[in-house]
Amino acid sequence: MSENNAGDAPNAHRLTILGAGVMGVGIATLAVGHGVPVALIDVDQAKRAEAEARIAHELRLAGLMGALPDDVPTGELVISDSLSDAAGSTAVIEAVTEISELKEKVIAEVSVIVSPGTLLVSNTSSIPIDELASAAARPAELVGTHFMNPSYLIRTVEVIRGARTGEAAMDSVRALLTTLRRRPVVVRDAPGFVTSRVLHPMINDAARVVQEGTATAEDVDALMQGCLGHATGPLRTADLIGIDNLVDSLNVLYERTGDSGCRPCDLLLEKVRAGDIGRKSGRGFYEYEG
Amino acid sequence: MTMPSEGTVEKELLDFLHVRTKTVWEEDTDLFAAGGLSSLFAMELVVHLEKSYGIAIRGADLRLDNFRTVTGMAALVRRLRAAAGDGGE
Repeated sequence: MSENNAGDAPNAHRLTILGAGVMGVGIATLAVGHGVPVALIDVDQAKRAEAEARIAHELRLAGLMGALPDDVPTGELVISDSLSDAAGSTAVIEAVTEISELKEKVIAEVSVIVSPGTLLVSNTSSIPIDELASAAARPAELVGTHFMNPSYLIRTVEVIRGARTGEAAMDSVRALLTTLRRRPVVVRDAPGFVTSRVLHPMINDAARVVQEGTATAEDVDALMQGCLGHATGPLRTADLIGIDNLVDSLNVLYERTGDSGCRPCDLLLEKVRAGDIGRKSGRGFYEYEG
Repeated sequence: MTMPSEGTVEKELLDFLHVRTKTVWEEDTDLFAAGGLSSLFAMELVVHLEKSYGIAIRGADLRLDNFRTVTGMAALVRRLRAAAGDGGE
Protein backbone atom coordinates (compact mmCIF):
# COMPACT_ATOMS: atom_id res chain seq x y z
CA MET A 1 0.00 0.00 0.00
CA SER A 2 2.69 2.51 0.94
CA GLU A 3 5.60 1.13 -1.07
CA ASN A 4 5.60 4.37 -3.05
CA ASN A 5 5.50 6.53 0.05
CA ALA A 6 7.45 9.53 -1.23
CA GLY A 7 4.72 10.61 -3.66
CA ASP A 8 5.09 13.07 -6.51
CA ALA A 9 5.30 16.81 -5.92
CA PRO A 10 1.73 18.11 -5.72
CA ASN A 11 2.14 20.36 -8.75
CA ALA A 12 3.32 17.41 -10.84
CA HIS A 13 -0.41 16.64 -10.97
CA ARG A 14 -3.06 18.63 -12.78
CA LEU A 15 -6.38 17.20 -11.75
CA THR A 16 -9.70 17.70 -13.50
CA ILE A 17 -12.83 16.85 -11.54
CA LEU A 18 -16.15 16.47 -13.36
CA GLY A 19 -19.21 17.22 -11.25
CA ALA A 20 -19.43 19.74 -8.39
CA GLY A 21 -21.77 17.71 -6.22
CA VAL A 22 -20.94 16.44 -2.74
CA MET A 23 -18.16 14.13 -3.93
CA GLY A 24 -16.68 16.43 -6.57
CA VAL A 25 -16.46 19.29 -4.07
CA GLY A 26 -15.03 16.99 -1.39
CA ILE A 27 -12.37 15.52 -3.67
CA ALA A 28 -11.51 19.02 -4.92
CA THR A 29 -11.06 20.07 -1.28
CA LEU A 30 -8.80 17.07 -0.64
CA ALA A 31 -6.70 17.84 -3.72
CA VAL A 32 -6.20 21.60 -3.35
CA GLY A 33 -5.64 21.05 0.38
CA HIS A 34 -2.70 18.84 -0.60
CA GLY A 35 -1.38 21.42 -3.07
CA VAL A 36 -2.69 19.79 -6.26
CA PRO A 37 -4.12 22.23 -8.85
CA VAL A 38 -7.74 21.42 -9.75
CA ALA A 39 -10.11 22.29 -12.57
CA LEU A 40 -13.64 21.60 -11.33
CA ILE A 41 -16.14 21.34 -14.16
CA ASP A 42 -19.93 21.32 -13.91
CA VAL A 43 -22.65 22.21 -16.41
CA ASP A 44 -24.96 23.44 -13.63
CA GLN A 45 -24.62 27.19 -13.12
CA ALA A 46 -25.95 27.03 -9.53
CA LYS A 47 -23.42 24.36 -8.55
CA ARG A 48 -20.57 26.32 -10.10
CA ALA A 49 -21.66 29.49 -8.30
CA GLU A 50 -21.51 27.92 -4.86
CA ALA A 51 -18.54 25.58 -5.40
CA GLU A 52 -15.85 28.02 -4.35
CA ALA A 53 -17.55 28.89 -1.05
CA ARG A 54 -18.26 25.24 -0.35
CA ILE A 55 -14.63 24.29 -0.93
CA ALA A 56 -13.49 27.15 1.31
CA HIS A 57 -15.84 25.87 4.03
CA GLU A 58 -14.63 22.29 3.64
CA LEU A 59 -10.99 23.41 3.69
CA ARG A 60 -11.74 24.97 7.09
CA LEU A 61 -13.30 21.72 8.29
CA ALA A 62 -10.29 19.76 7.06
CA GLY A 63 -8.00 22.24 8.82
CA LEU A 64 -10.06 22.03 11.99
CA MET A 65 -9.58 18.25 12.01
CA GLY A 66 -5.83 18.49 11.30
CA ALA A 67 -6.41 16.62 8.04
CA LEU A 68 -4.22 18.77 5.78
CA PRO A 69 -0.43 19.08 5.59
CA ASP A 70 0.85 22.33 7.21
CA ASP A 71 3.72 22.93 4.84
CA VAL A 72 1.92 22.76 1.48
CA PRO A 73 0.37 25.85 -0.14
CA THR A 74 -3.21 25.36 -1.33
CA GLY A 75 -3.44 24.26 -4.96
CA GLU A 76 -4.99 26.55 -7.56
CA LEU A 77 -8.71 26.05 -8.16
CA VAL A 78 -10.40 26.80 -11.49
CA ILE A 79 -14.16 26.40 -11.82
CA SER A 80 -15.44 25.94 -15.34
CA ASP A 81 -18.45 24.89 -17.40
CA SER A 82 -16.42 23.50 -20.28
CA LEU A 83 -15.05 19.98 -20.64
CA SER A 84 -12.38 21.35 -22.94
CA ASP A 85 -10.63 22.64 -19.80
CA ALA A 86 -9.72 19.01 -19.09
CA ALA A 87 -7.14 19.18 -21.89
CA GLY A 88 -3.61 18.99 -20.49
CA SER A 89 -4.60 17.46 -17.18
CA THR A 90 -2.65 14.50 -15.77
CA ALA A 91 -5.73 12.86 -14.32
CA VAL A 92 -9.51 13.19 -14.63
CA ILE A 93 -11.90 12.09 -11.90
CA GLU A 94 -15.52 12.01 -12.93
CA ALA A 95 -17.87 12.38 -9.97
CA VAL A 96 -21.17 13.04 -11.71
CA THR A 97 -24.53 11.62 -10.59
CA GLU A 98 -24.64 7.87 -9.91
CA ILE A 99 -26.53 7.01 -13.10
CA SER A 100 -24.75 4.85 -15.70
CA GLU A 101 -25.89 6.85 -18.72
CA LEU A 102 -24.65 10.15 -17.27
CA LYS A 103 -21.29 8.69 -16.31
CA GLU A 104 -20.87 7.01 -19.71
CA LYS A 105 -21.62 10.28 -21.46
CA VAL A 106 -18.96 12.31 -19.64
CA ILE A 107 -16.40 9.50 -19.85
CA ALA A 108 -16.91 9.25 -23.61
CA GLU A 109 -16.62 13.02 -24.04
CA VAL A 110 -13.62 13.63 -21.80
CA SER A 111 -11.62 10.64 -22.99
CA VAL A 112 -11.26 12.18 -26.46
CA ILE A 113 -10.20 15.55 -25.00
CA VAL A 114 -7.30 14.31 -22.82
CA SER A 115 -4.07 12.89 -24.23
CA PRO A 116 -3.63 9.12 -24.51
CA GLY A 117 -2.09 7.81 -21.29
CA THR A 118 -4.03 10.23 -19.06
CA LEU A 119 -5.49 8.57 -15.99
CA LEU A 120 -9.27 8.45 -16.13
CA VAL A 121 -11.08 7.73 -12.87
CA SER A 122 -14.74 7.06 -12.34
CA ASN A 123 -15.75 7.78 -8.77
CA THR A 124 -18.73 5.56 -8.14
CA SER A 125 -20.23 3.76 -5.20
CA SER A 126 -21.80 0.93 -7.18
CA ILE A 127 -21.54 0.91 -10.99
CA PRO A 128 -19.23 -1.81 -12.35
CA ILE A 129 -16.14 -0.19 -13.88
CA ASP A 130 -16.03 -2.49 -16.89
CA GLU A 131 -19.52 -1.30 -17.91
CA LEU A 132 -18.25 2.29 -17.88
CA ALA A 133 -14.96 1.38 -19.57
CA SER A 134 -16.81 0.64 -22.81
CA ALA A 135 -17.65 4.35 -23.04
CA ALA A 136 -13.97 5.38 -22.87
CA ALA A 137 -11.92 5.86 -26.02
CA ARG A 138 -9.19 3.74 -24.36
CA PRO A 139 -10.75 1.40 -21.77
CA ALA A 140 -7.35 0.47 -20.27
CA GLU A 141 -7.06 4.01 -18.88
CA LEU A 142 -10.19 3.80 -16.70
CA VAL A 143 -9.93 2.93 -13.00
CA GLY A 144 -12.67 3.03 -10.41
CA THR A 145 -12.48 4.75 -7.03
CA HIS A 146 -15.02 4.91 -4.30
CA PHE A 147 -14.00 7.80 -2.07
CA MET A 148 -15.99 8.03 1.14
CA ASN A 149 -17.53 11.35 2.21
CA PRO A 150 -15.81 13.47 3.43
CA SER A 151 -12.85 12.24 1.39
CA TYR A 152 -10.42 14.56 3.17
CA LEU A 153 -11.23 13.04 6.57
CA ILE A 154 -11.31 9.36 5.56
CA ARG A 155 -7.87 8.04 4.65
CA THR A 156 -8.82 4.73 3.06
CA VAL A 157 -10.08 4.66 -0.54
CA GLU A 158 -11.64 1.67 -2.28
CA VAL A 159 -9.97 1.32 -5.70
CA ILE A 160 -11.56 -0.88 -8.35
CA ARG A 161 -9.56 -2.54 -11.08
CA GLY A 162 -11.83 -3.35 -14.00
CA ALA A 163 -11.26 -6.32 -16.31
CA ARG A 164 -9.70 -4.02 -18.91
CA THR A 165 -7.87 -1.60 -16.58
CA GLY A 166 -4.18 -1.43 -17.52
CA GLU A 167 -1.15 -1.53 -15.23
CA ALA A 168 -0.14 2.03 -16.18
CA ALA A 169 -3.48 3.36 -14.98
CA MET A 170 -3.11 1.43 -11.72
CA ASP A 171 0.35 2.98 -11.20
CA SER A 172 -1.03 6.45 -11.93
CA VAL A 173 -3.92 6.15 -9.52
CA ARG A 174 -1.61 4.89 -6.76
CA ALA A 175 0.74 7.84 -7.35
CA LEU A 176 -2.12 10.33 -7.21
CA LEU A 177 -3.55 8.80 -4.03
CA THR A 178 -0.10 8.80 -2.43
CA THR A 179 0.23 12.54 -3.10
CA LEU A 180 -3.23 12.96 -1.52
CA ARG A 181 -2.07 10.83 1.46
CA ARG A 182 -4.88 8.30 0.90
CA ARG A 183 -4.49 4.57 1.46
CA PRO A 184 -5.83 2.55 -1.49
CA VAL A 185 -7.32 -0.89 -1.10
CA VAL A 186 -7.61 -2.45 -4.57
CA VAL A 187 -10.52 -4.81 -5.22
CA ARG A 188 -12.02 -6.56 -8.21
CA ASP A 189 -14.92 -5.24 -10.19
CA ALA A 190 -18.50 -6.15 -9.18
CA PRO A 191 -21.75 -4.26 -8.50
CA GLY A 192 -21.14 -2.22 -5.33
CA PHE A 193 -17.57 -3.62 -5.06
CA VAL A 194 -17.03 -4.27 -1.33
CA THR A 195 -18.18 -1.28 0.70
CA SER A 196 -21.51 -0.55 -1.00
CA ARG A 197 -22.35 -4.22 -1.45
CA VAL A 198 -22.10 -4.63 2.32
CA LEU A 199 -23.14 -1.21 3.61
CA HIS A 200 -26.04 -0.19 1.35
CA PRO A 201 -28.37 -3.15 2.07
CA MET A 202 -27.58 -2.63 5.76
CA ILE A 203 -28.58 1.06 5.59
CA ASN A 204 -31.72 0.03 3.67
CA ASP A 205 -32.59 -2.38 6.49
CA ALA A 206 -31.89 0.29 9.10
CA ALA A 207 -34.36 2.60 7.32
CA ARG A 208 -36.88 -0.25 7.08
CA VAL A 209 -36.65 -0.75 10.84
CA VAL A 210 -37.58 2.92 11.31
CA GLN A 211 -40.34 2.62 8.69
CA GLU A 212 -41.83 -0.33 10.57
CA GLY A 213 -41.81 1.63 13.83
CA THR A 214 -39.44 -0.69 15.66
CA ALA A 215 -37.22 2.20 16.73
CA THR A 216 -36.40 5.84 15.99
CA ALA A 217 -33.46 6.76 13.75
CA GLU A 218 -31.60 7.99 16.84
CA ASP A 219 -32.10 4.67 18.61
CA VAL A 220 -31.10 2.59 15.57
CA ASP A 221 -27.86 4.58 15.31
CA ALA A 222 -27.30 4.47 19.08
CA LEU A 223 -27.57 0.67 19.03
CA MET A 224 -25.39 0.20 15.96
CA GLN A 225 -22.77 2.53 17.44
CA GLY A 226 -22.94 1.50 21.07
CA CYS A 227 -23.42 -2.25 20.69
CA LEU A 228 -21.79 -3.00 17.34
CA GLY A 229 -19.10 -0.35 17.06
CA HIS A 230 -20.34 1.29 13.83
CA ALA A 231 -18.50 4.62 13.72
CA THR A 232 -21.36 6.97 12.83
CA GLY A 233 -24.51 4.83 12.74
CA PRO A 234 -26.13 3.69 9.46
CA LEU A 235 -28.76 6.44 9.25
CA ARG A 236 -26.37 9.27 10.02
CA THR A 237 -24.23 7.68 7.29
CA ALA A 238 -27.24 7.75 4.93
CA ASP A 239 -27.55 11.50 5.56
CA LEU A 240 -23.86 11.94 4.87
CA ILE A 241 -23.97 9.95 1.62
CA GLY A 242 -27.13 11.77 0.48
CA ILE A 243 -30.34 9.74 0.39
CA ASP A 244 -30.85 10.49 -3.33
CA ASN A 245 -27.45 9.01 -4.11
CA LEU A 246 -28.11 6.09 -1.78
CA VAL A 247 -31.35 5.27 -3.63
CA ASP A 248 -29.57 5.52 -7.01
CA SER A 249 -26.87 3.13 -5.75
CA LEU A 250 -29.39 0.70 -4.29
CA ASN A 251 -31.15 0.64 -7.67
CA VAL A 252 -27.84 -0.11 -9.41
CA LEU A 253 -27.27 -2.97 -6.97
CA TYR A 254 -30.81 -4.32 -7.20
CA GLU A 255 -30.83 -4.28 -11.02
CA ARG A 256 -27.52 -6.12 -11.20
CA THR A 257 -27.73 -8.59 -8.30
CA GLY A 258 -31.47 -9.23 -7.99
CA ASP A 259 -30.99 -9.09 -4.22
CA SER A 260 -34.35 -7.86 -2.87
CA GLY A 261 -32.54 -6.44 0.17
CA CYS A 262 -31.16 -3.83 -2.23
CA ARG A 263 -34.58 -2.59 -3.37
CA PRO A 264 -34.88 0.90 -1.79
CA CYS A 265 -37.46 0.84 1.00
CA ASP A 266 -40.48 3.18 1.03
CA LEU A 267 -39.10 5.48 3.72
CA LEU A 268 -35.98 6.23 1.66
CA LEU A 269 -38.09 6.90 -1.44
CA GLU A 270 -40.42 9.13 0.58
CA LYS A 271 -37.50 11.20 1.86
CA VAL A 272 -36.18 11.70 -1.68
CA ARG A 273 -39.65 12.80 -2.86
CA ALA A 274 -39.87 15.27 0.03
CA GLY A 275 -36.40 16.65 -0.72
CA ASP A 276 -35.11 15.54 2.70
CA ILE A 277 -32.00 13.99 1.22
CA GLY A 278 -29.59 14.41 4.11
CA ARG A 279 -26.87 16.73 5.24
CA LYS A 280 -26.61 18.54 1.90
CA SER A 281 -30.28 19.66 2.04
CA GLY A 282 -30.22 20.38 5.78
CA ARG A 283 -32.50 17.47 6.66
CA GLY A 284 -32.66 13.71 6.20
CA PHE A 285 -33.03 11.35 9.14
CA TYR A 286 -31.59 14.24 11.18
CA GLU A 287 -31.55 18.04 10.92
CA TYR A 288 -28.38 20.02 10.21
CA GLU A 289 -27.18 23.57 10.18
CA GLY A 290 -23.93 25.27 9.30
CA MET B 1 -27.63 43.43 17.74
CA THR B 2 -27.34 42.50 21.40
CA MET B 3 -24.75 39.98 22.50
CA PRO B 4 -25.18 37.69 25.50
CA SER B 5 -23.18 39.00 28.44
CA GLU B 6 -19.90 37.26 29.27
CA GLY B 7 -21.30 34.97 31.90
CA THR B 8 -23.93 33.48 29.61
CA VAL B 9 -21.68 32.12 26.86
CA GLU B 10 -21.43 28.79 28.65
CA LYS B 11 -25.16 28.61 29.24
CA GLU B 12 -26.00 29.57 25.68
CA LEU B 13 -23.62 26.88 24.38
CA LEU B 14 -25.06 24.23 26.69
CA ASP B 15 -28.58 25.14 25.49
CA PHE B 16 -27.46 25.02 21.85
CA LEU B 17 -25.85 21.61 22.37
CA HIS B 18 -28.94 20.33 24.14
CA VAL B 19 -31.23 21.39 21.29
CA ARG B 20 -28.92 20.14 18.52
CA THR B 21 -27.89 16.81 20.09
CA LYS B 22 -30.88 16.04 22.33
CA THR B 23 -28.33 15.33 25.07
CA VAL B 24 -27.48 17.22 28.25
CA TRP B 25 -23.74 18.03 28.41
CA GLU B 26 -21.53 19.30 31.24
CA GLU B 27 -19.28 22.33 30.72
CA ASP B 28 -16.11 20.28 31.00
CA THR B 29 -17.16 17.13 29.11
CA ASP B 30 -15.08 16.30 26.04
CA LEU B 31 -17.75 16.46 23.33
CA PHE B 32 -15.63 14.56 20.82
CA ALA B 33 -14.38 11.73 23.02
CA ALA B 34 -15.39 8.16 22.07
CA GLY B 35 -19.15 7.89 21.65
CA GLY B 36 -19.47 11.68 21.48
CA LEU B 37 -20.16 14.06 18.62
CA SER B 38 -18.91 13.80 15.03
CA SER B 39 -16.18 15.86 13.43
CA LEU B 40 -18.79 17.37 11.10
CA PHE B 41 -20.67 18.64 14.12
CA ALA B 42 -17.47 20.42 15.15
CA MET B 43 -17.79 22.56 12.03
CA GLU B 44 -21.39 23.40 12.96
CA LEU B 45 -20.02 24.64 16.28
CA VAL B 46 -17.44 26.81 14.52
CA VAL B 47 -20.11 28.38 12.31
CA HIS B 48 -22.47 28.80 15.26
CA LEU B 49 -19.83 30.58 17.36
CA GLU B 50 -18.86 32.88 14.50
CA LYS B 51 -22.47 33.84 13.77
CA SER B 52 -23.61 34.18 17.38
CA TYR B 53 -20.65 36.17 18.68
CA GLY B 54 -19.49 38.07 15.61
CA ILE B 55 -16.02 36.53 15.68
CA ALA B 56 -13.79 34.98 13.00
CA ILE B 57 -12.00 31.80 14.00
CA ARG B 58 -8.90 31.41 11.84
CA GLY B 59 -5.43 29.92 11.59
CA ALA B 60 -4.08 28.27 14.70
CA ASP B 61 -7.37 28.86 16.57
CA LEU B 62 -9.14 26.58 14.12
CA ARG B 63 -8.27 23.26 15.71
CA LEU B 64 -10.50 20.69 17.33
CA ASP B 65 -8.90 21.03 20.78
CA ASN B 66 -10.45 24.52 21.06
CA PHE B 67 -13.95 23.04 20.65
CA ARG B 68 -13.74 19.97 22.87
CA THR B 69 -15.49 21.51 25.87
CA VAL B 70 -18.00 24.27 26.53
CA THR B 71 -15.46 25.84 28.90
CA GLY B 72 -12.82 25.87 26.14
CA MET B 73 -15.19 27.33 23.55
CA ALA B 74 -16.34 30.07 25.93
CA ALA B 75 -12.70 30.97 26.63
CA LEU B 76 -12.02 31.17 22.88
CA VAL B 77 -15.08 33.40 22.35
CA ARG B 78 -13.99 35.77 25.14
CA ARG B 79 -10.43 35.94 23.87
CA LEU B 80 -11.45 36.68 20.26
CA ARG B 81 -14.06 39.23 21.31
CA ALA B 82 -11.55 40.97 23.56
CA ALA B 83 -8.99 40.99 20.75
CA ALA B 84 -11.58 42.42 18.33
CA GLY B 85 -12.52 45.06 20.93
CA ASP B 86 -8.84 46.03 21.21
CA GLY B 87 -8.69 46.61 17.48
CA GLY B 88 -7.35 43.20 16.52
CA GLU B 89 -4.45 41.01 17.52
